[in-house]
Amino acid sequence: MRVTQGCFSFLPDLTDEQISAQVQYCLGKGWAVNIEFTDDPHPRNTFWEMWGLPMFDLRDAAGVMMELNACRKVYGDRYIRMSAFDSSHGWESVRLSFIVNRPKDEPGFRLERHEVDGRNIRYTTKSYAVDRPEGGRYGGK
Amino acid sequence: MNELSMTVRGKDRYKSGVMEYKKMGYWEPDYEPKVTDIIALFRVTPQDGVDPIEASAAVAGESSTATWTVVWTDRLTAAEKYRAKCFRVDPVPNSPGQYFAYIAYDLDLFENGSIANLSASIIGNVFGFKPLKALRLEDMRLPVAYVKTFQGPATGIVVERERMDKFGRPLLGATVKPKLGLSGRNYGRVVYEALKGGLDFTKDDENINSQPFMHWRERFLYCMEAVNKAQAASGEVKGTYLNVTAGTMEDMYERAEFARELGSVIIMIDLVIGYTAIQSMAKWARRNDMILHLHRAGHSTYTRQRNHGVSFRVIAKWMRLAGVDHIHAGTVVGKLEGDPATTRGYYDICREDFNPMRLEHGVFFDQDWASLNKMMPVASGGIHAGQMHQLLDHLGEDVVLQFGGGTIGHPMGIQAGATANRVALEAMILARNEGRDYLHEGPEILAKAAQTCTPLKSALEVWKDVTFNYQSTDMPDYAPTTSVSM
Repeated sequence: MRVTQGCFSFLPDLTDEQISAQVQYCLGKGWAVNIEFTDDPHPRNTFWEMWGLPMFDLRDAAGVMMELNACRKVYGDRYIRMSAFDSSHGWESVRLSFIVNRPKDEPGFRLERHEVDGRNIRYTTKSYAVDRPEGGRYGGK
Repeated sequence: MNELSMTVRGKDRYKSGVMEYKKMGYWEPDYEPKVTDIIALFRVTPQDGVDPIEASAAVAGESSTATWTVVWTDRLTAAEKYRAKCFRVDPVPNSPGQYFAYIAYDLDLFENGSIANLSASIIGNVFGFKPLKALRLEDMRLPVAYVKTFQGPATGIVVERERMDKFGRPLLGATVKPKLGLSGRNYGRVVYEALKGGLDFTKDDENINSQPFMHWRERFLYCMEAVNKAQAASGEVKGTYLNVTAGTMEDMYERAEFARELGSVIIMIDLVIGYTAIQSMAKWARRNDMILHLHRAGHSTYTRQRNHGVSFRVIAKWMRLAGVDHIHAGTVVGKLEGDPATTRGYYDICREDFNPMRLEHGVFFDQDWASLNKMMPVASGGIHAGQMHQLLDHLGEDVVLQFGGGTIGHPMGIQAGATANRVALEAMILARNEGRDYLHEGPEILAKAAQTCTPLKSALEVWKDVTFNYQSTDMPDYAPTTSVSM
């Protein structure tokens, strides 16, 4: 399966040129881009690990792309996403987020149904990958 | 026509009998509205032979302290403060016999945090007043002091996006069709297919409550099975608006509690439940971490005609105060009423923290929302993937685009329909962010995306000629003109 979180997951994987254009769009808006990675892509895993801090005060996407490549060297077997933060009053949150790297094989999730009172069911989404400890998923070290 | 005050003062003002409203203190052309006043703009169509100033003063009077005759009990009160004051009357451009009346109301005339009280005052009595042929409430300026007495949207656009983990693009939804007749099991099938195919939300229709073919618990249980299954299949957070509209508040609370118990992120209500019920549900939603969707069922009965009723921009303002998170606000290009400029005005009211006066969009006042949460507008009714560039241009990014027929009617099935919409949307956002002239290159951008997406190719083929080009019945009265600056 393909995890379809983020803004462009239904399109073919973006090339570096396309990623760079999106980053430039964010920087042009004055947003700070952050590189984040995880090997636990559960839909409610909000806090992916940060690759450094959001890159404030940056003008050129090339700087972000350098960092992305450095991140890929270490965590190329995991999900990596770009998140752009807008500090304007009234927003002060993420404006754009999209996946820029994914594991070769995405095993996906199983849905566990816990039958409770009457016909009610409690649902739990479990990532197949997280059966192994962090770092050991997706064939990583 | 804004001549001097005609107010009778002193002892003569309270002589028993009938006195013209404009002489009773309801017409005060010199009055300067206070920053704390509520200002209403009415479109007044007086009966033939009725003086427009008198008609406008009558609207001020009948929506505040006046009755048809002088009463001495006024003298026991600070009556001048409580009188609404019409302070300006302008002929409506290109509409003989119609006048814009600006009326100021003191803040003390209203109860804190109550749309019921606000609307009972402003539209309670005057709309049936005999000397008027027709009356329309066009817009209102709500002072910050009053705005701050309301909760506002339970969740708001930013937090909704954070909870849904969806940023940078419009959200996608679909209303389950057919509206009526599906069993809970069949209904859940549509929800699952649409969400798995790539939509973020599915939605009950306004009249899906609890009918013989599908009682509400059946719908809720099967829908949540579908939502959870689609979530696991995609790795994304998904939702379905469970309509909790019912005959009593007790029933609505019961349904809302059940939706929460099942783990739904969103519930829905219809405008016809009434303002107080809406405010109660908004408070419930805030307490229970629930997004609250409002379907504007019934609004066209009073918003559509230009000369009589209440403009939708006023309803949108009231609903932002009342505290809903989503509101249907028009599509421009779809099957339901909505001219582009007027619709833009509604969207601004939903989403901006400050609305400057924009007569060309039908927005008559500066409106400061004082950091009240933003409401997500919803575009629904007769839209399809082939219009994606126009939708993005007209409606922007913070909107839910709902493709009901445009998803479920897809020749390859519901999942394919959902995928077509999602791919079209992502391709358009990608192109926009790359700086392309997506409005003009829209068809090319879609065609290119369709090369790697058969469902989109097929959607573009089926609906290529579908448009709804009819004359709008409600449009702004002012158009921008260029002038030479001196």
